[in-house]
Amino acid sequence: MNEYTTIVGMEIHVELATSSKMFCGCINDPFGATKPNIYTCPTCLGMPGALPVPNAKAIEWTIKLGLALGCEIQPYSKFDRKHYFYPDLAKGYQISQYDLPFCKKGIVKTLLGDVRIQRVHLEEDTGKLQHAIIDGKKVTLVDFNRCGVPLVEIVTEPDIHSGEHAKLFLKKLHQLIRYLGISSADMEKGSMRLEPNISVRKSNVKKLPTYKVEVKNINSFNFVKKAIDFETNRHIDLLQHGQTPVQETRGYAEATSSTISQRSKEEAQDYRYFPDPDIPTIRLTKSYVEEIRNTLQELPDAKVSRFVKEYNLNEQEAIQIVEEKTSADYFESCVSLAQGTKETAIIAPTHIARRIINQQEKTELSPKQLIEELISKQRQKQIDPNLVRQAIQTVLRVQTKAIGDYKKGKTTVLMFLVGMVKQELKGKGDASFIETELKKRLG
Amino acid sequence: MLNKLTLVETIKKIKAKEFSHKELYLAIEKQIQESNKTFNIYLSLDKQALQKAGKLLDTPLAGIPIAVKDNFLTKELPTTAASSVLKGFMSPYESTVTKKLMQSGGVVIGKTNMDAWAHGSSTETSDFGRTLNPRNIKYLPGGSSGGSSAAIAANMCTAAVGSETAGSIRQPASWCGVVGLKPTYGRVSRFGVVSMASSTDSPGPIGKTVEDVSILFEQIAGHDDLDATTPKKEVPQVTKTIRQGVKGMRIGICYTDHPDLIDKKVTKQILEAGKLFEKYGAQVTIVPVTEKLEKGKILKHDFSIGVYTVVQRSEVSSNLARYDGIRYGQNREYFGVEAKRRIMLGTFTLSKGYADKYYIKAQQVRNLYLQNFEQLFEGYDLLISPTTPSYAEPLGASIGNPMFGELEDMLLEPTSISGLPGISVPCYKDEQTNLYLGMNIVASWWQEEKMIQAAHLYESETPWNSWRIYV
Repeated sequence: MNEYTTIVGMEIHVELATSSKMFCGCINDPFGATKPNIYTCPTCLGMPGALPVPNAKAIEWTIKLGLALGCEIQPYSKFDRKHYFYPDLAKGYQISQYDLPFCKKGIVKTLLGDVRIQRVHLEEDTGKLQHAIIDGKKVTLVDFNRCGVPLVEIVTEPDIHSGEHAKLFLKKLHQLIRYLGISSADMEKGSMRLEPNISVRKSNVKKLPTYKVEVKNINSFNFVKKAIDFETNRHIDLLQHGQTPVQETRGYAEATSSTISQRSKEEAQDYRYFPDPDIPTIRLTKSYVEEIRNTLQELPDAKVSRFVKEYNLNEQEAIQIVEEKTSADYFESCVSLAQGTKETAIIAPTHIARRIINQQEKTELSPKQLIEELISKQRQKQIDPNLVRQAIQTVLRVQTKAIGDYKKGKTTVLMFLVGMVKQELKGKGDASFIETELKKRLG
Repeated sequence: MLNKLTLVETIKKIKAKEFSHKELYLAIEKQIQESNKTFNIYLSLDKQALQKAGKLLDTPLAGIPIAVKDNFLTKELPTTAASSVLKGFMSPYESTVTKKLMQSGGVVIGKTNMDAWAHGSSTETSDFGRTLNPRNIKYLPGGSSGGSSAAIAANMCTAAVGSETAGSIRQPASWCGVVGLKPTYGRVSRFGVVSMASSTDSPGPIGKTVEDVSILFEQIAGHDDLDATTPKKEVPQVTKTIRQGVKGMRIGICYTDHPDLIDKKVTKQILEAGKLFEKYGAQVTIVPVTEKLEKGKILKHDFSIGVYTVVQRSEVSSNLARYDGIRYGQNREYFGVEAKRRIMLGTFTLSKGYADKYYIKAQQVRNLYLQNFEQLFEGYDLLISPTTPSYAEPLGASIGNPMFGELEDMLLEPTSISGLPGISVPCYKDEQTNLYLGMNIVASWWQEEKMIQAAHLYESETPWNSWRIYV
């Protein structure tokens, strides 16, 4: 297997959560719509004479994402028309960006290697087809609620070399988007869509393979990983038999963790791109880009390093705390609260971090409650060890049956005994200390 | 007779209660009844027009009847762009121009015939039959705003609007002996106008006199939040400056030395116009034609035909893609020959491997024209030329001639692809045929007031405007 290298480039589509659509004032909430075709107007329906006016917020957010990905922001940009026929595409063309995207050349660092971002551009989403049977007839219905929703496309260089690598990259990208607050990035609903382009070459060859296979309909990072793994094996098998895999689009089949051929794509489709004459060229001044840069909050990678440095967390802890912005924020408000008074300063940030990480469910404690809980635990731990030992003695005198059970190998009674000791101590005492002491006594 | 009054006179007199809306509308409706069958000008008419007008006396346009080209979307009348594909289409929304006209107290009396999808310069390619030139029914009215121009010439409305991509207002205005104003690209909103070539489409007024079109221009111009190509520029108050003449203006005469035009009647008339402007204090010179970009010379218009043909067909092929047969009544088989031809050509010029050769090349040459006009307007306030090489063509002239429009509009295409404003005014009438010639006056971008001043002066000092006697 080692003599082959997997080459994957990804295209990721993300629907922006702006309040209105990309080129009109319609409400941008396709998933919240109670009925089809309620968030529509002449522009997003592509009616004769209706014109697109770009959404400034969507442009701002695209640039924000570009900056967060370390991209170069292009001083001049424009929208182009991409022509193809499909019933959910109202105008017969999609407004997209061809040769002058807003952002170029970014990077995402992962533990399995860097993934370079080729470009980030802005376009509009299409409507949705629904196949139904009405009055016994097979029909196709079109819902335009999603048509014209701002859609960002992120294209990577072919820098991903395994399913696991893809998963790591996507998790980081997803985290970044969530941090920026520009999209719900919900893959189940389709507000984040993932398309890997996969090929395999002999490891000692440097050139890119002459074919690639695009896999569609993937709605989770795990499935991307599985699709890439499946495709890698399939391609190696073909290559070993002296064949070249066919350039095609395949669909991911969840049930079998495999992919299925959809259509061959030997020749690139001609989209007849040209600058959309309805939208003037967009000039992005340096000061405008800097203004957006100034609104960028601390991004996950920087936060991890800072937490390690400032709060003495180990890297794994920091990564876990930073994973969701809400938990990172929660952590920091707990820390600042603890450091607020002498009395609470005995709680180290690492304690807080572990408390948050070890908690199974989403915390409903306010930072204040959490600190109080940690303080009381700390105090319990400070109880005189001799008092603990006395309490153990008292308990063991009574619980002869439990001792017997324990000696027969029923170790679960230990927790029962810890509880009894705590009761004896009126709730004080550190459970792990009691447990160690109990074990000593019981041999 | 009330239908023969100019817009200015009608507003004045109706406000002074010299006659009522009822009398005005009766006169116009009578004219329509008499002539519409022959001329085939209106595709639809609003029977409620008079009722609407009655309440509008105290508005700027006082409830006067306006004819609107059938590519403006209107909620109360069908919009077809004279194509069977859109037959019976009722728009759920109103175009910005008609909305503005109604807000100013105008009444859309009916929708006028045009070349289907505005593809043409004859109004012969309409799917609902051709329009005849009211000045002489053996001749074409021009196009694509042929219906609106003919409605003015036939006194079947008081004022009208059309749209121009390259000549579609000024050429039919010239052939019908009326006044047509093409504003600077982006001055008037395209929102709700069936798109033809989006990068040059300019809605504009057509009327009996220069002052008439100036009034309408003021009402329909200005930035529109719904059209990203309309900048926030202040609209000049052209009706206030209209009588300021041409004193001190530098006026250049264009294309009169072109081999195809040198001996033509229209050339003589343009040179005469130059003398008139000189008499009123302008500095008039002839701008020599050049084949290369040279300072002080005007680029030959011939190249602009190629540029316009490629750019316009490319945009057309894209703009018509939405009529995919899924919506709007009729399927794609209902596209006429001309639309199909343009879709095919435009699809070709945008295709991979050909776009560089055609679309991109055309845009490069277009840039040369832009540069040329930027230079020229450093030295000139206005450029004047014939609107079209000659009189209206006879019926049938466009049939079997795909480049018909391009040749008729060749003098207007350089300024159209550059987005410049222009106005066409009658500059001669042939007594035998009753057909007209037109003069095209072009100003620099956003300076419509200058061309209006010159056009008004010319109109007042020459006998060619047929409504002069009513002014």
